[in-house]
Amino acid sequence: MIATQRVTDSLIIVAILLAVWQGLNLMVGDTALPGPAATLAYLAHLVPSARFAENALATLAAFTYALVIAYGLGLAIGVWLGAHHLSGAVGEPLLVALYSIPKITLYPVILLIFGLGISGKVAFGALHGILPVALLTMSAIRNIPPVYLKVARTLHLSKWQTIFAVFFPATLPEVVAGLRIGFTVTLLGVLLAEMFASKRGLGFLIINAMSLAQSEEMLTVAIMLFVFAVLANSLLLWMEHRLHRRN
Amino acid sequence: MTGPDSGGEVHARLLGVTRIFPGATGQQPVHALGPVDLELRRGEFFAVVGPSGCGKSTLLEILAGLQSPTSGTVTFEGQPVTADVPDGIGVVFQEDASFPWLTVWDNAAFGLRRAGAPEAEVSRSVNDALAFMGLQDFARAYPSQLSGGMRQRVCIARTLVLQPRLILLDEPFGALDAQTRLLMGDEVLRLWRRTSATVLLITHALDEAAMLSDRIGAMSARPGRFMDIVETRWPRERDSTIVSETSFGEITGRLWENLRGESIKSLGHSGAGPA
Ligand SMILES: Nc1ncnc2c1ncn2[C@@H]1O[C@H](COP(=O)(O)OP(=O)(O)OP(=O)(O)O)[C@@H](O)[C@H]1O
Ligand SMILES: [Mg+2]
Repeated sequence: MIATQRVTDSLIIVAILLAVWQGLNLMVGDTALPGPAATLAYLAHLVPSARFAENALATLAAFTYALVIAYGLGLAIGVWLGAHHLSGAVGEPLLVALYSIPKITLYPVILLIFGLGISGKVAFGALHGILPVALLTMSAIRNIPPVYLKVARTLHLSKWQTIFAVFFPATLPEVVAGLRIGFTVTLLGVLLAEMFASKRGLGFLIINAMSLAQSEEMLTVAIMLFVFAVLANSLLLWMEHRLHRRN
Repeated sequence: MTGPDSGGEVHARLLGVTRIFPGATGQQPVHALGPVDLELRRGEFFAVVGPSGCGKSTLLEILAGLQSPTSGTVTFEGQPVTADVPDGIGVVFQEDASFPWLTVWDNAAFGLRRAGAPEAEVSRSVNDALAFMGLQDFARAYPSQLSGGMRQRVCIARTLVLQPRLILLDEPFGALDAQTRLLMGDEVLRLWRRTSATVLLITHALDEAAMLSDRIGAMSARPGRFMDIVETRWPRERDSTIVSETSFGEITGRLWENLRGESIKSLGHSGAGPA
């Protein structure tokens, strides 16, 4: 019932977006903004090509590495700052400051350290993702009600039982929210890195198409990235809702 | 009438117990409790009443081994209580402590499962405890779908399955309306009779204390000490209808006489502090 309602809502939103797109196309003309039909035709031609596969794989590889690093380091830093009061007091303002500045200002530094290749992209993507994962993990741990620890002690739980049977499930919903936001911004970081200093990847394809005035290609790649991000986000959001429904 | 030798074997004992919280940097230490002497007799129903902030929860946590006293000693069944919660003590806390990620059934089964009890025994004890607390129809619900009173019952069930010999209840019905509280009181009495455990109930409601208990300890404002211990002499088979007995009025009257001044003091405390 609710699921069908949601699907209908999503379809309506897609229809509206398509209509607006078509309208804009009619207003500004094909060279500035190709219409949905032309873009779809281009998509069918671009996706099977070797050039697309090569660049998509480059992005996917960089994104996967960046995500693994962002999740790993983000969780580790978050657990450390959440569990250790003094480090948390020092670390939190630092993380919040880093989180709120546009990371692009740090990109030259990253490039100097990691170079133009895949490692620069990975580092820049991970830099984006670490912060929300660490911040939300830290806050999840701090928000564990102290009475849970007392319950664990009165029920004679061992240290590991307390961690796995109480602290882990108590923090899970907020941690998953951090992972979801981390996913999106890591992808953003990788694409930004590809746009500004790279000769490979989907970010590069977009910026290259733009400089060559190939608006169909630019739009096609952008839309595919958009669809990918929306699908991944919905999946993680669905997991999060399932966890929250019980809270 | 309140002599320590007027019945029963001593089940738990506090001797000269005080608790002083070291102040945060630049602040005075807080003398929260004591010195307190208390003997709980095996199988009795003991209530602690006292103004808010007088150290009731602190007393309970020290008795349970969750906090160490600054001075004094605690014994349970003849053994000193140190940094650990002894086997045989069950605690229901003032705050809602049900686990939101588990169903009612899994909440109740939690302690037994961690202790490695066989699944058949878990299932028998949990079904029994849920039925006793009137939760059998909500076994598959999550705590978020229940009222505050029902969530507290879930926590009682979770404690009950471990068959504690001393049950400590910290204002379990503090958030409930007066009528529901009377009915929950009947349930606690049923629980006490059936398990034949010793019960220590903390409450700020004088009528609740007078109706449920064999003895009632009235505490002073912070630092909490026992000013008076009132013996009710109710029969073991009793329920909330005793509120209409004449001696019920005498008991609550005597408690209030003791507590009035202390409650005014504790009001003064909070009034004088930074708002
Ligand atoms: N960890 C702590 N550090 C410092 N002071 C504390 C701490 N825990 C409790 N206190 C103080 O000790 C006093 C007694 O607290 P306690 O929680 O035992 O009171 P209570 O009688 O249970 O109050 P209430 O009726 O509100 O539940 C209070 O003034 C409280 O502020
Ligand atoms: Mg309290």
